[in-house]
Amino acid sequence: MIALVDYGAGNLTSVRKALTALGADFVVPSAPEECRQARGLIVPGVGNFGATARLDSPWRDAIGSAVASGTPLFGICVGMQWLFEGSDEAPDAIGFGAIAGRIARLDGDPDQRLKVPHVGWNSLDFRGPARLLKGLRSGAQVYFTHSFAAPVTPECVAATTHANTFSSVVERDNIFGVQFHPEKSGDAGLAILRNFLEVCA
Amino acid sequence: MLTKRIIACMDVRDGQVVKGVQFQQLRHAGDPAALARRYNVEGIDEVVVLDITATLESRQALARTINAVAHEIFLPLTVGGGIRSEDDAAAAIDAGADKVSLNTAALRQPDLITTLASRYGSQAVIVAIDAKRRDDGFAVYVRSGTTDAARDAVAWAKEAESRGAGEILLTSMDRDGTKAGFDCEMTAAVSDVVDIPVIASGGAGSVDHFADVFTRGHADAALAASIFHYAESSVTELKRHLRTHGIPVRL
Repeated sequence: MIALVDYGAGNLTSVRKALTALGADFVVPSAPEECRQARGLIVPGVGNFGATARLDSPWRDAIGSAVASGTPLFGICVGMQWLFEGSDEAPDAIGFGAIAGRIARLDGDPDQRLKVPHVGWNSLDFRGPARLLKGLRSGAQVYFTHSFAAPVTPECVAATTHANTFSSVVERDNIFGVQFHPEKSGDAGLAILRNFLEVCA
Repeated sequence: MLTKRIIACMDVRDGQVVKGVQFQQLRHAGDPAALARRYNVEGIDEVVVLDITATLESRQALARTINAVAHEIFLPLTVGGGIRSEDDAAAAIDAGADKVSLNTAALRQPDLITTLASRYGSQAVIVAIDAKRRDDGFAVYVRSGTTDAARDAVAWAKEAESRGAGEILLTSMDRDGTKAGFDCEMTAAVSDVVDIPVIASGGAGSVDHFADVFTRGHADAALAASIFHYAESSVTELKRHLRTHGIPVRL
């Protein structure tokens, strides 16, 4: 059973629909303790990093102890950003801190007409082996919609460039994250979600 | 590299896709879920469902349509047409929409843009602008193009962005349904003053029209309906054509 954590950051319908289509057994936990029994945790999220403040303890503690016992954790979009230490978007909100580094605003480039927010399909440049990317090829395209992004750290297994180069997929041990929306990225996105489910199986 | 998006629009009435020529003379084009499935196979980047009747009865039909389409495709799905309140937007999003498109309601009560952006994030809020050329600029029309809103499209797009809109869907009423090409000048005028993406709409008739609007028109995305519905041009062919012209697309 996978726990899909709902902390009120946007709408979970799309993620639920994709998990259902993949035949995943999942629940949206109503209490933090349920995270401890899950085989895998998904922290989705759209919108502002500030919303992750609602993931503070007791949620943070429950997710933390599950991860410490080896449960895979998958952060999507703002959920991936939360895996880091914090974000310039909401300096008062403290990240989960599983990955060192801070989320910063993309610069854009007016001369090249590179706008921020970064909205649309962009490619994944693979940086190393990754369970999350099994069956996909470097250059695969996925759907992004964000203005802030993670630095390229040792956990970066795929990077994407939009004026800046940022981590679009991170993976280390049982920590996984994607900046884009796999639930909105067609077959490539479904493959990534399926890969995470296989890690949890 | 960020690619240029190709978006298929379905104008829906009573659960069926229809397409008008300059907002009139509707003709029948098919089942929304079946069309969405075909577009997905062909590589469409996004789908927009526009409810063109927006009566109370059609609202419930619309929720069923959104749900049916959302079960066919795992791509961004926008719903528009008659979204007048936070409740209307919530109903569309709960049914499976990722974004809502506001038109008349955004001009009447601009606070709605901000309310929805705070609740769902700016990425979920598109402001749709229907505009016509005039000597002094681009005039915004509302109520399905029937009423002059006494606003300039460029200024309104900027205001919509400052109020929290995540994208602008700009339709040329002069070109809509004519297949004479997008209004590149108008699209560039808007795209150049906002940081959010601009989706060009109205006038797609050939693959070259798309190349034009991505180059001369500075569009981030282009939307069309009938050119895809009647399979006059497949999405795949269109994207191959754009790629040969050096325009980045997802293929």
